[in-house]
Amino acid sequence: MILASRSDLPLDRDEHSRFLPWLIAFMVFLSILAVAGMLMLYATASRWDAGVRGTFTVQVVPTEDAAADEARLNEVLTVLATAPEIARYDALDESRLMRLLEPWLGAGAERGDLPLPRLIDVELKQGTDLTAANLGQRLSGRVKGVTIDDHRVWLDRLVRMIETFEALALVVLLFIVLATVGTVVFTTRTGLAIHREAIEVLHLIGAHDNYIARQFARRALGLGVLGGLLGLGLALPTLWMLAYLAASLDERLLPDIGFGLWHWGLLVALPVSVALIAMTTAKVTVLRNLARML
Amino acid sequence: MIAEIDEPIVRFENVGLRYGLGPEVLRDVSFALHPGSFHFLIGESGAGKSSLLKLIYLALRPTRGAISLFGRDIAATPRDALPPMRRKVGVVFQEFKLLNHLSAFDNVALPMRVARAKRKEVEKHVTELLAWVGLKDHMKARPPTLSGGQQQRVAIARAVISRPSLLLADEPTGNVDDQMGYRLIHLFEELNRLGTTVIIATHSQQLVERLGYAQLKLADGDLSVIPGRVQPEGLSPVADRVDGAAKGAQETKISAPDSAEQPAAEEDRFRDAPGVENYL
Repeated sequence: MILASRSDLPLDRDEHSRFLPWLIAFMVFLSILAVAGMLMLYATASRWDAGVRGTFTVQVVPTEDAAADEARLNEVLTVLATAPEIARYDALDESRLMRLLEPWLGAGAERGDLPLPRLIDVELKQGTDLTAANLGQRLSGRVKGVTIDDHRVWLDRLVRMIETFEALALVVLLFIVLATVGTVVFTTRTGLAIHREAIEVLHLIGAHDNYIARQFARRALGLGVLGGLLGLGLALPTLWMLAYLAASLDERLLPDIGFGLWHWGLLVALPVSVALIAMTTAKVTVLRNLARML
Repeated sequence: MIAEIDEPIVRFENVGLRYGLGPEVLRDVSFALHPGSFHFLIGESGAGKSSLLKLIYLALRPTRGAISLFGRDIAATPRDALPPMRRKVGVVFQEFKLLNHLSAFDNVALPMRVARAKRKEVEKHVTELLAWVGLKDHMKARPPTLSGGQQQRVAIARAVISRPSLLLADEPTGNVDDQMGYRLIHLFEELNRLGTTVIIATHSQQLVERLGYAQLKLADGDLSVIPGRVQPEGLSPVADRVDGAAKGAQETKISAPDSAEQPAAEEDRFRDAPGVENYL
């Protein structure tokens, strides 16, 4: 620490540790992608969540009698108009409905061919606690055959899916950490074997274990930082490319990454953490190994 | 700096050593060495000289028996407390064990750096000592580029740089000609005169007889102590020895540089062991 970068062991000339920065770069690259993916999913989920929270879809189930259906729709709209909790509502007109169905029915389908429900988008005022059940009660007194969907089922599924992906990303991160630790342990042990005689001399001269371990730790930190920078250098262009793709694609499919400073900070913290893991691993490995010496 | 004569610096009590399941290399070895003493460790090769030295410089633990160093029982000493004890023991290994990737300067500096000495101190002492052993012009040289005798001097400088209380040398005259051998022994005598306890393992009967110090004799794993006909000067009051060293100091300052390749000048330097006080 005090003696800057002077080392008694020629660790920087070791052939066997040359590959370490590249391996660490690869690990950092993967971890950044995993975490970025996780953040993206999380951002998407909260956007969708915010998009559908506080909204209902009221559905007026069709009957044989189109005129009666129209009357029922108007009845529902009157109820919605008088509800103080509702900020806005919008009955989808038929052409819009047909457009929604176009992918399934084809462009030539006629309205009369099949009974279609009438849908009303309802947006609640902020801070109200009107539930789908409450609104359903109010409506069922006046109109029959009305269902209300608060998207809960769909949202729950989405949340579960996102949680699964997050767990997967965490598992990937765990594997990356294990692989890094394993590689550094292996590299350090090889280094210990190569420099066994020099280490023995240091030991017999009266060097504390820490004195020797620090030299390995410093070397591992150096390689780790180099690997981290390489990995970051590989990952950032990849992320930008993804962001570019996301922006040019259908935005409902892949929202643009839209990372804040906090997110970038987290991504940059990854290579730093990997470098620190490499350093700590090397130090612990050496200390455990030396503890076997008298 | 002579410690109390009564407190042994090294004490072996019924020490036995075996490697793995093999036969005992050392059997019931007991002895005590007092500060300032000078001993030869003799015995045929394979008699266990190196093993005995390894036990003293804490590279091995005995299979049985007790060893104490500087008055501390090794078995009862926590591992963390061993490095400071090792720093008080200077060892000239048989095969030198110099670090080939480091310069002569850095090799000699190692014990001081390990002990976290200040950079300026390291610079000063190592430069002085290397000049004193005639390697002033080879400070940046790596051991493989040095001759056997030069390497040996680097090894000795490393062993004595931090002024050890105990100096161990394993066949220090084994790889060099007789003349060089005596020169080195003379250096050890000078250090002994200043209070360092010295043990030299050797198979040279001639050397032992000529100098006449006490002997630790190993034969088939058994150790016997043969008293010397000469008292080491380290054990006697130092006052009457000061003149010799002081006289030599001036001579070296003139002859030290550039003379590394001239055996005659080199011998003078060792014979008078001048300047020992300067760096110690």
